[in-house]
Amino acid sequence: MYPIVKKQRLAPEVLLLEVEASRIARKAEAGQFMILRVDDPGERIPLTLADWDRERGTITLIFQEVGVSTKKLGLLNEGEAISDCVGPLGHASEIGEYGTVVCIGGGVGIAPIYPVARAQRAAGNRVISIIGARNKNLLFWEDKLRAVSDEVLVTTDDGSYRRKGFVTDVLKQLVDGGEQVDIAYAIGPVVMMRAVSHLTMEYGIHTVVSLNPIMMDGTGMCGACRVTVDGETRFACVDGPEFDGHKVDFVGLMKRQQMYLGQEKEARERMGHCRAERDA
Amino acid sequence: MPEQSPEDRCKNFDEVPLGYTVELAQREASRCLQCKKPACRQGCPVEIDIPAFIRLIVEGDFVGSAQKLKETNNLPAVCGRVCPQEAQCEKFCILGKRFEPVAIGRLERFAADYERTHGEVNLPEIAVDTGKRVAVVGGGPSGLTLAADLAKMGHRATIFEGLHTPGGVLVYGIPEFRLPKAIVRAEVDFVRRLGVEIEANQVVGKTITVDELLETFDAVYIATGAGAPVFMNIEGENLNGIYSANEYLTRVNLMKAYRFPEMDTPVARSRKAVVIGGGNVAMDSARTARRLGAEVHLVYRRSRVEMPARDEEIHHAEEEGIEFQLLTNPIRYLGNEEGWVTGAECLRMELGQPDASGRRRPVPIEGSEFVIEVDTVIVAIGNQANPLVPASTPGLETNRWGNIVADEETGKTSRDGVFAGGDIVTGAATVIEAMGAAKRAARAIDRFLRGEGKKL
Repeated sequence: MYPIVKKQRLAPEVLLLEVEASRIARKAEAGQFMILRVDDPGERIPLTLADWDRERGTITLIFQEVGVSTKKLGLLNEGEAISDCVGPLGHASEIGEYGTVVCIGGGVGIAPIYPVARAQRAAGNRVISIIGARNKNLLFWEDKLRAVSDEVLVTTDDGSYRRKGFVTDVLKQLVDGGEQVDIAYAIGPVVMMRAVSHLTMEYGIHTVVSLNPIMMDGTGMCGACRVTVDGETRFACVDGPEFDGHKVDFVGLMKRQQMYLGQEKEARERMGHCRAERDA
Repeated sequence: MPEQSPEDRCKNFDEVPLGYTVELAQREASRCLQCKKPACRQGCPVEIDIPAFIRLIVEGDFVGSAQKLKETNNLPAVCGRVCPQEAQCEKFCILGKRFEPVAIGRLERFAADYERTHGEVNLPEIAVDTGKRVAVVGGGPSGLTLAADLAKMGHRATIFEGLHTPGGVLVYGIPEFRLPKAIVRAEVDFVRRLGVEIEANQVVGKTITVDELLETFDAVYIATGAGAPVFMNIEGENLNGIYSANEYLTRVNLMKAYRFPEMDTPVARSRKAVVIGGGNVAMDSARTARRLGAEVHLVYRRSRVEMPARDEEIHHAEEEGIEFQLLTNPIRYLGNEEGWVTGAECLRMELGQPDASGRRRPVPIEGSEFVIEVDTVIVAIGNQANPLVPASTPGLETNRWGNIVADEETGKTSRDGVFAGGDIVTGAATVIEAMGAAKRAARAIDRFLRGEGKKL
């Protein structure tokens, strides 16, 4: 069992959990993920690591309450525990001396972009972070990103905070304004990572995206997470999750993400009934 | 042996063969000739004293019989169910020359089940603690066997298992209707009671490396299996509804997706499924899809006689209404706009000259393309070594298929103090062969730990 030592609401439907998992904390690197199973009837779900504390032996998970598993996870309180946590999984981000690195986090993807920005900055790069969300309420960790970035640009789809527009609009302005960008990282919804990749392709900026397909074991034994990269099948859990954004088949990824939509809805409705019955 | 009727069992995940009654077991056991030089024993990779355990059944000492089995076999209720006895012990039974061989597997199952369901399971004698510690990478049949044997020899074994439940293929691969998971749990509990520690959720190569294990353990045994799925890399293979057998079976067996939404893991609700392959994994996948309500076609590129699956499994699959499309091979998958598979385009094959494996090579018949309409495809054409451990262990020699190179008799690898056995060494094989490799490695590790390693 993996006890929860801290729970914090970052935004409506976005929660932070700090979990005791010393072996994962000891090994974690930027870009890696973990798999958890909330309880015994639970499914295995992947979450990219948002942070870790090697000394305290804790990892930080940030997630949006969208389905049965994340809703169940959100119901756990400090002192309660997650049944299973496995990791760190996948390859770590390639950290190098690139020059100027742009780190783009969209929505709940703001969380996993944080360790990437921190590691790229520590390697001596100039880091510009661009974070965006639908509206002001869904933004978080602006201060944490400021602490590890040379510049932070914030945007909201509806203009309720800072700029109005998408992260791609900000990136475009940045590059058109004469900023020399050597590499871009994008983590967030597939549509956002695809839009970023399309844009940077025009500018010839190498772009790394962190893919989020359906996963089960996370160790390369099933192929549920397979994606097409440069025309070849790759398993995101062991070959990724980071890939060259200019080579990813995003349309294929989006279609595979829809595979269990019907059953996910059914499970959510059933969970709603169970809670209604219990509360009645 | 009595079994559930095909009509009933297609609708549930309960075990198909119901097992011997006391009377049937004793009648079968009394057929054993109690040979002075029992040929059957040479066919058993885990060295069971077969005549002795059968004699105890004749004498009515069923618990004693189970204990006799457990002197050498730590998982008898598993082996009695999943071993290919026709190619092992029963193949050498002298009675088999003129009559049916003694049903050794069924008797093994009977004794183990009797002990488990009738009160306390006794522990065998355990040697004095040597204080030596061994890390076992992988909690499948090979790792469990090795850990249990070392525990009996007085060493302290800790199993590092990547999934949340130990058992390896016994829990994620072999379906409930062939091997109930409660039985696997009971046998794993027996291994624990011998003093073996099991740490779940530990992916060696990621969570901890072999070199880090060697800092606190005196030896390491790698038994990570052949768990990486092979795909055909044909057009459309990443469409929705196309699974590796590993994924499909893991969802249903380990995650219990057949009980969705009571359990949270979903699996496709198929109307018509195609399973590609002719081995036991293909049969397991086909019979699983059938139980989930699908019409199932099994597509295999050679003919029935070349099928690597056990006859019993093929027979069960046929009885359950699985349609066999033999001498057929998929060449691409067709899909709809939403990205779901709608059809498997196949070619008819004919058999040509024998290939390297000695089996006649399937040759496509030109112009024989046809489409099977499907909503689910399960690819069961084999598994290969998972590279996580070799890739994170410098100096560990592997062959060109990624399997760890290890001595067949001792399990010794190119790294001092590191041993390996089971499918990660041999490639995908049987549960009992993986257990046999573990027994041999356990003896070698015991010698190594007692300081005789250098004299080997």
